[in-house]
Amino acid sequence: MMRTSAPVAAPGPGAWEELVTTALLGTDRRALPAGVPGGRAPSALLDAAAVDTVRRRAGLRAAPARERPEPAPEDPRPALPEAAARRLAMLLADRPGAGGGGRRGTAPDLIELLPQWLAMANAHGYAAPPETLPALLDAARARTDLRPAALAFAGPRALWLARLNPDWRFALRAAPGGSAALPGPEDTDRIRQLWEEGLFAERVALLAAIRSRRPAAARELLAATWATERAEDRLMFLDSLRTGLGPDDEPFLEQALTDRSRNVRATAAELLSALPGSALAARMAERAAACVAVDPLRGTPTLVVEAPHACDPGMERDGVVPKAPAGRGERSWWLGQLLEAAPLGTWSARLGGRTPQEIVALPVADDWQGELHAAWCRAAVRQKDAQWARALLGTPAAPEAGGPGALSLAERAKLLGTLGAAERAEWVAGFIAAHGLSEAFQLLGVCAVPWAAPLGRAVVDALNIARDAGSYPWSFSGVMGLAERCLDPAEANRLDGLLAVPDEPEDASPGAGGYWAEAFQRLVTTLRLRSAMAEELRGG
Amino acid sequence: MTQQGVRWSADQVLALAPDAASRKAGSKLGTAGPWSQAGSSDEGAVWGLCKGSGSKPYQTVVDMADAAGPAYKCSCPSRKFPCKHALGLLLLWSAGQDAVPSGTAPDWAEQWIAGRRKRTAAKRAAGAAGAASGAADPQAARRRAERRAERITAGVTELEQRLADLLRGGLAQAEQAGYGLWEETAAGMVDAQAPGLAARVRGLGAIPSSGPGWPVRLLEECALLHLMDQGWLRRERLPEELAATVRSRVGLPGSADGPPVRDHWLVLAQYDTADAKLTTRRIWLYGTGTGRTGLVLAYGAAGRAPEPALPVGLVLDADVASYPGAGRLRVALGEQYGPPAPARTRPPGVTTAEAVARYGEALREDPWLESVPVTLRAVVPVPDGDSWQLADADADSALPLTPAARARPGLWRLVALSGGAPVTVFGECGHRGFTPLTAWPQHEAPAVTLC
Repeated sequence: MMRTSAPVAAPGPGAWEELVTTALLGTDRRALPAGVPGGRAPSALLDAAAVDTVRRRAGLRAAPARERPEPAPEDPRPALPEAAARRLAMLLADRPGAGGGGRRGTAPDLIELLPQWLAMANAHGYAAPPETLPALLDAARARTDLRPAALAFAGPRALWLARLNPDWRFALRAAPGGSAALPGPEDTDRIRQLWEEGLFAERVALLAAIRSRRPAAARELLAATWATERAEDRLMFLDSLRTGLGPDDEPFLEQALTDRSRNVRATAAELLSALPGSALAARMAERAAACVAVDPLRGTPTLVVEAPHACDPGMERDGVVPKAPAGRGERSWWLGQLLEAAPLGTWSARLGGRTPQEIVALPVADDWQGELHAAWCRAAVRQKDAQWARALLGTPAAPEAGGPGALSLAERAKLLGTLGAAERAEWVAGFIAAHGLSEAFQLLGVCAVPWAAPLGRAVVDALNIARDAGSYPWSFSGVMGLAERCLDPAEANRLDGLLAVPDEPEDASPGAGGYWAEAFQRLVTTLRLRSAMAEELRGG
Repeated sequence: MTQQGVRWSADQVLALAPDAASRKAGSKLGTAGPWSQAGSSDEGAVWGLCKGSGSKPYQTVVDMADAAGPAYKCSCPSRKFPCKHALGLLLLWSAGQDAVPSGTAPDWAEQWIAGRRKRTAAKRAAGAAGAASGAADPQAARRRAERRAERITAGVTELEQRLADLLRGGLAQAEQAGYGLWEETAAGMVDAQAPGLAARVRGLGAIPSSGPGWPVRLLEECALLHLMDQGWLRRERLPEELAATVRSRVGLPGSADGPPVRDHWLVLAQYDTADAKLTTRRIWLYGTGTGRTGLVLAYGAAGRAPEPALPVGLVLDADVASYPGAGRLRVALGEQYGPPAPARTRPPGVTTAEAVARYGEALREDPWLESVPVTLRAVVPVPDGDSWQLADADADSALPLTPAARARPGLWRLVALSGGAPVTVFGECGHRGFTPLTAWPQHEAPAVTLC
């Protein structure tokens, strides 16, 4: 607190304390030091206290300054355009719990636009206005999905700030580089020191950072201390090799196949199987090939499947888990693992020179089709094989694509992930055109933002059809919300026809037309807002 | 009046919102989407049609030219004032020429604007005439004042008795007696028509539960209350200004009888405090020509935003008249010679040592003063244990923050704005420390509100 100046004409040191003590106990119990007669004592005490209070307040002096914090590092990025800075303040003010709630009406959901805004601002390379940093850090704290973009935008000053407030410690952990800046790639001594002496989180961050720039250096760093690491640490470190995985990693991974820990062995096997040229992949190909063949004896070519009869030590060493989960036959469990790890490229030669499309189209004997296709599906995702993914996905309009077919929606979504953005969008557009929106949510989630024109149109058309069918819009609130965030703002003009409240058909749900108009209005308002956001960030 | 065409900033518009929900709803309407036929005139009117849930759009019009703050008219049924449509329209207007171009008002807007301006002019004329005829019966007024003074004297005498009883029995008892005792006494002061005393008495009730050191604070406040009682009882013998301070502190209404001072008044800070019955708005003004600082007080019923709303960073070309007493800090806004316009001026500042000395000097005229308005020229927020202080950039002295300021989110905005470098900070400096209200970074940049 502030200090009091040296009393000039003070009634002696400790006089104030005397007054306080007397006041606490009461003048009936304790006489005033000056010896005032009892009847007047309370009044005299208050007189003295008033003089002393005002005297001390008037004599206050500034306190000595504490040690100042290091100034925050410079942020060299250019400042936000003014309009964009205002927009950011509005987006940040719209935090959940900041009043409102209930039905959404026609106004856009601002907080949902924050991730997009941050991505655009980061792409432009703007610096965050300093006074917004507390709100940005609070938003990032509440939503982990916002963290990377929010912290990148918040920049070096936010980390400086986070060191001063325990609520924002997460930023120091999450930030690339964490609490201490990562050593540069050439600073081998510091890298080695941090690797050997750092905390686990620091070491993981260090390994990941190096791996993303120089994969081989990260592997060598890990190999140097591998034997002395704890099993759970080995697992985490091994996992970071997923980034930049290449044929050079094979010897190290092959050696990890003999690890003491089963989880480490399984991860090493999984990584090796993602390298189609690896020895493990070749061994798996050989095992898998023994299980699947074209039956030469049938009239129409048919695939026959012979699941393995045993899980030998060689298979186990290559990462096959011998014990099946409850409710699954162990032979089909082993088969699935073999097929998943075998390089897809070997099947064409094995199955009579057929293309992946032709192989997937072959009938499968004895109900093995589900098992077989599901395993190939996992293999296509793991090996990022677009050709097989395409074959397994089939044409989007095919009847089984929407029904309870062989592949679940989650599997399809993963397969779509291996395709290029344009192809993905086209496939999902075809799917929606044929099957409507009820199952499209997961598939839309893997499409690139903003949606490509054909996909956007398919979604709007399907929404329009759903409205005409007379259902309520909240049955489609998930897709609606995605459309608000992902539809190309340029599509807004095409939606004008949908904004009016339509005449209600007789079989429609009561009032649905009004709610649909409201939902479309919100969609259009949000699209306009997004294009305004982009415009502001361009500085226009 | 060159400032007419100047558009407000979005922050300034949002400061007009009556509550957080309106602010949120208004910001959502601040996009071109729902608006059509929006426009603004050079005379400071803004209008537009807002698409709502009904088939007919709402007609919204705002008159920014009024010296007493913007006036609003909207055909929506909302009872909020301004409604979200008016806020949204102003946000759109603040964003620039594209969304709200200059033009001539359509008939429906023009009618209202013209009618309103005529009414205000008539009211102003009537007000001037009314002021002249207000003192119609000075005899009766004096009798009323005398009766009230007698009641207050009776209340003050009773209060002195209570304080004496308290001190006789000891403050330790007050801790056990709890809040009820003080509530009862405060009610007595309300009956005695001394609201200022009532508020102080109520404040005493909260001290015993306010944490370590409460006996010291309770004795201080009791002593100052006693001082005020004694000041009232001897008011005839006090110097005129001090007597006026006592009267206004006790709770007698005064009138802004100081001579009007015309200046360009910069809005330094605006913040509201609320209790169960009343929302109090404080607006700090700084006269860029005279260098004077003044406080405009406004009251609203609980849950309603008081008028006027003067966003930080605006400059008003206006007359200001001070109230008697208390260092003549409190002022009333008089005639305004143009609409408020944004400006980037900032007040000159002092060092922390000068700030605290200024408080000490002000106590001479008003010993009950809690704090004085001060701008610190160049200070750095510095952590101080679990609190913070503002340290001079080029001297070894600092002011601690008040306990209340420590808990506010504004503290972190201030720390972030500074980044360890000096900033200019306006706030209230008193015996409990400094409460930052507004800050400016070193380079040319707009004010950041902290309250």
